[in-house]
Amino acid sequence: MTTDTATGTDPVPATRSSEVAVALTGGTLGAGRRMRNTAASVLMVLAFLLAATPLVVMGVQVFSQGIDAVTSGSWWTAPIPETGRADLADNEALQDLGFGDTSGGDSSASEVVLGMAPAIVGTLLTVLGASVLAIPLGILGAVYLHEYGKKGRLARLIRFMTDVMTGVPSVVMGVFVYTVWVLPRGVDGKSALAASLALACLMLPIVVRSTEEMLKLVPDNLREASAALGTRTWKTTVKVVLPAALAGITSGSLLAVARAAGETAPVVFVIGFVTTTNLGFLGQNTTLSAQIYSQQQNGGALSTELAWGAALTLVGIVLVLTLVARGISRRFQIG
Amino acid sequence: MSDTTERKMTEDQGPATVSLAPTGRGGADDAATERPVVFDVRDLDVYYGAHHAVRDVHMGIRRNEISAFIGPSGCGKTTVLRCFNRMNDLIEGARVEGDIEYHGVNLYDERVNPVEVRRRIGMVFQKPNPFPKSIYENVAYGPRIGGVKKKSELDDIVERSLQRAALWDEVKDRLKASALGMSGGQQQRLCIARAVAVDPEVILMDEPCSALDPIATGRIEDLMVEIKSEYTIVIVTHNMQQAARVSDATAFFSTEVNPDSDFRTGLLVEFDRTSTIFSNPTDQRTENYITGRFG
Amino acid sequence: MTVTAPADGSPAASLLEEGAGAGPDRAFRTVTLVAGTMVLVILLLIAVTMTVRAWPAFSEFGTSYFFGTEWVPSEGKYGILPLVWGTVLVSLIALVFAVPMSVGIALFVNELAPRRLRRPVVTVVDILAAVPSVVFGLWAFYNLLPGFQTVFNGIADAVAGIPVLNTLFGPSTGSSFMSAGLILALMITPIITSVTREVFATVPENDKSGALALGATRWEMVRGVVFPHSMGGVTGAVMLGLGRAMGETVAVALIIGARPEISLNLFGVGETMPAQIFRQLSEAGALLRSALIGLGVILLVLTVLVNVGARRAVVAVDRRVKGTA
Repeated sequence: MTTDTATGTDPVPATRSSEVAVALTGGTLGAGRRMRNTAASVLMVLAFLLAATPLVVMGVQVFSQGIDAVTSGSWWTAPIPETGRADLADNEALQDLGFGDTSGGDSSASEVVLGMAPAIVGTLLTVLGASVLAIPLGILGAVYLHEYGKKGRLARLIRFMTDVMTGVPSVVMGVFVYTVWVLPRGVDGKSALAASLALACLMLPIVVRSTEEMLKLVPDNLREASAALGTRTWKTTVKVVLPAALAGITSGSLLAVARAAGETAPVVFVIGFVTTTNLGFLGQNTTLSAQIYSQQQNGGALSTELAWGAALTLVGIVLVLTLVARGISRRFQIG
Repeated sequence: MSDTTERKMTEDQGPATVSLAPTGRGGADDAATERPVVFDVRDLDVYYGAHHAVRDVHMGIRRNEISAFIGPSGCGKTTVLRCFNRMNDLIEGARVEGDIEYHGVNLYDERVNPVEVRRRIGMVFQKPNPFPKSIYENVAYGPRIGGVKKKSELDDIVERSLQRAALWDEVKDRLKASALGMSGGQQQRLCIARAVAVDPEVILMDEPCSALDPIATGRIEDLMVEIKSEYTIVIVTHNMQQAARVSDATAFFSTEVNPDSDFRTGLLVEFDRTSTIFSNPTDQRTENYITGRFG
Repeated sequence: MTVTAPADGSPAASLLEEGAGAGPDRAFRTVTLVAGTMVLVILLLIAVTMTVRAWPAFSEFGTSYFFGTEWVPSEGKYGILPLVWGTVLVSLIALVFAVPMSVGIALFVNELAPRRLRRPVVTVVDILAAVPSVVFGLWAFYNLLPGFQTVFNGIADAVAGIPVLNTLFGPSTGSSFMSAGLILALMITPIITSVTREVFATVPENDKSGALALGATRWEMVRGVVFPHSMGGVTGAVMLGLGRAMGETVAVALIIGARPEISLNLFGVGETMPAQIFRQLSEAGALLRSALIGLGVILLVLTVLVNVGARRAVVAVDRRVKGTA
């Protein structure tokens, strides 16, 4: 079927062929060029290893140093044991890192009941409060941006300011809530609610942007199909657009929740300190992140053990949230 | 190119009524068979993962000729072309079997360095792809990475290459201007100049005119014919008339549908002098394609 | 709502009326508008209330606040420069390490790694982003600082006699600008990597093929095509990372040493603005509190500026890509 006019005619001279062979096998490609290319590739792999190695080491060490406390049985149910220096407030030597008062905990470390229930409850409570405040607001805001505001001036301004707000350091959110909520109320102002407010400020822009990204993925012909039936925008949005984007919105919101759960800076000075469980939004409370910080500041064997246990617990919660979010977004990708 | 083409291929069994004789460039055909073979392709098969993209390609591409690949969409013309400078390496899962000998050296020998292959076998793409740099820098890019450092030497190469691409007169006063400001046809000629600047032996062209208007197309075609005395050119084209106008040899590719998987596999139907393909093809399928389009 | 019957009975008459559902539609629109505006309201509230609370410090100390070189609240010295210095220095150290690392990872994922390796690599980087700041701090404090101290002192001894170097790399107790910078580098790598990857992904495949077809090696292609195409976007990514680094609090607070000092010794202790706020705010008296909230205002302004710049850079890339497409 193939008329190959070439076969058999005019063989290439052998000398020429071997010259070409030498050239093609890189004989003329400068050693420098080849080395630079290899070196660049090696550096790229190295860059990844440089980031991955500390992560693995950290994972192993947090696990090994926290696992005893977490599996001690009472960890999830018992109050936080007194370490002799419960309240950071009176700690003059706060800045002398690593020099804690060890007299309180050390001697009785083996007898105390290790527990972190108040902080676990507090973490769930603050994150729940922040989610209730920020997620609906964020989703509605995103709906405005994408379904109503579109490219309008106000929508562009909000979008820009949302990006700006994403970049505001979390500690500033804490200072903000401290000034508007805690200061006017005195010590009574310190509560899970105050922490929720700070975390909600942190979550809001994340939820708005991730939700808008998801709304963008909903194909316009869905909206048009609904509109062509004479449906109002709000009904189209609630019945068609939001359900279509639900998985993505859930995933984005969960990532915001995970971020909030791990935050320390905006929480510590608006939540106060307790060692027993407080199920209410009012009154002082504590969280895992706050416990890690204050127990580390306390120093001493018992406090250190508590800090590592809290760290492992927190990492576990955050990782589960993150992985669930990733799983959802992978399984329900639109388009 | 289109579905109708393939339908014609199976339904239209009538003999060729319109002879589409080449317009002359391939006139010295008989003498041309004496030219040395640059690429000797034997039993070439290409797979993308489990998909058998092209099978059983045999051909000999001759030096200082223009060889055209024609055929319907999905017939593997571009795939085969990209084997000639190992651009298929960049596609994950692509696998090439068989021999492509370049001056007697198998390009897919494991010792062969693809970077060196691409230096000697340049390529011009379907969509003009000048770098977002000045005109000068575009042409100087290849020689520079090849180690040419002297300004005067680079200037020479840039001027010579632009002249060869028939672009020098149009751009000599604005060499520092961005290449992105040029017209599509100029950009494509710049890409030819850029390919020529590294002094390759072969230039592969993947539908170089498909994004251009007829006037720009004509200029590129003239250019190809002008420079073929110095290069070996292989061109993939959707435009049969273009193949007839410029090429010395033509390969007609077609597709067959795999009954099990509905995948299409490309195959080479016929490869011959262009005059033969267009006036007196051996294979019925070639004849159907040629006449189906124009008859 | 459709009670007013059209006078002429024409089917078109009802088109002029609002029809059923117009009310809820308008209400829904208003609700979403209010929700969207909340971002503006909160940002404005943050700026206004904090500035008001910080005003006593601003007016009381004036230039000695903004340009004072000593921050010793117990002695009534509220000069913020040592804290600004610490913040800037630590952030720059973080960038020096994080930027090459992030660009390397982005190239690894986008250009080098086989497809099946990409997702695991991206997952690892994402997990790095998910680890809470305080856990980084705790881990670094207990598990890294002793090692850092040994290494830093080793370097300090090695350069002891060399001018400039012996200033930059002095004796160390472990807690230091450098320790904080290194940990920050790890923490901001994910954000820089992910934005850089997005930017690299906008480089047209066609341009990359063009370079490779000219016989460029992969690295030459990256230098010649990917980098020039991505300069603005990578700048944006770096600035986003800078914003993160400047605002990062707990991890830095745990390992920088808590001594506000304008020191060139990268291995010496220091303090940053967010760390100082974090440590002191809860128990501060009125004046210190005002000064700390003032730090918050300055931090807010700085990070907003950096972020705005970053967005500009990224948007500029978007425009250019779309413009040439």
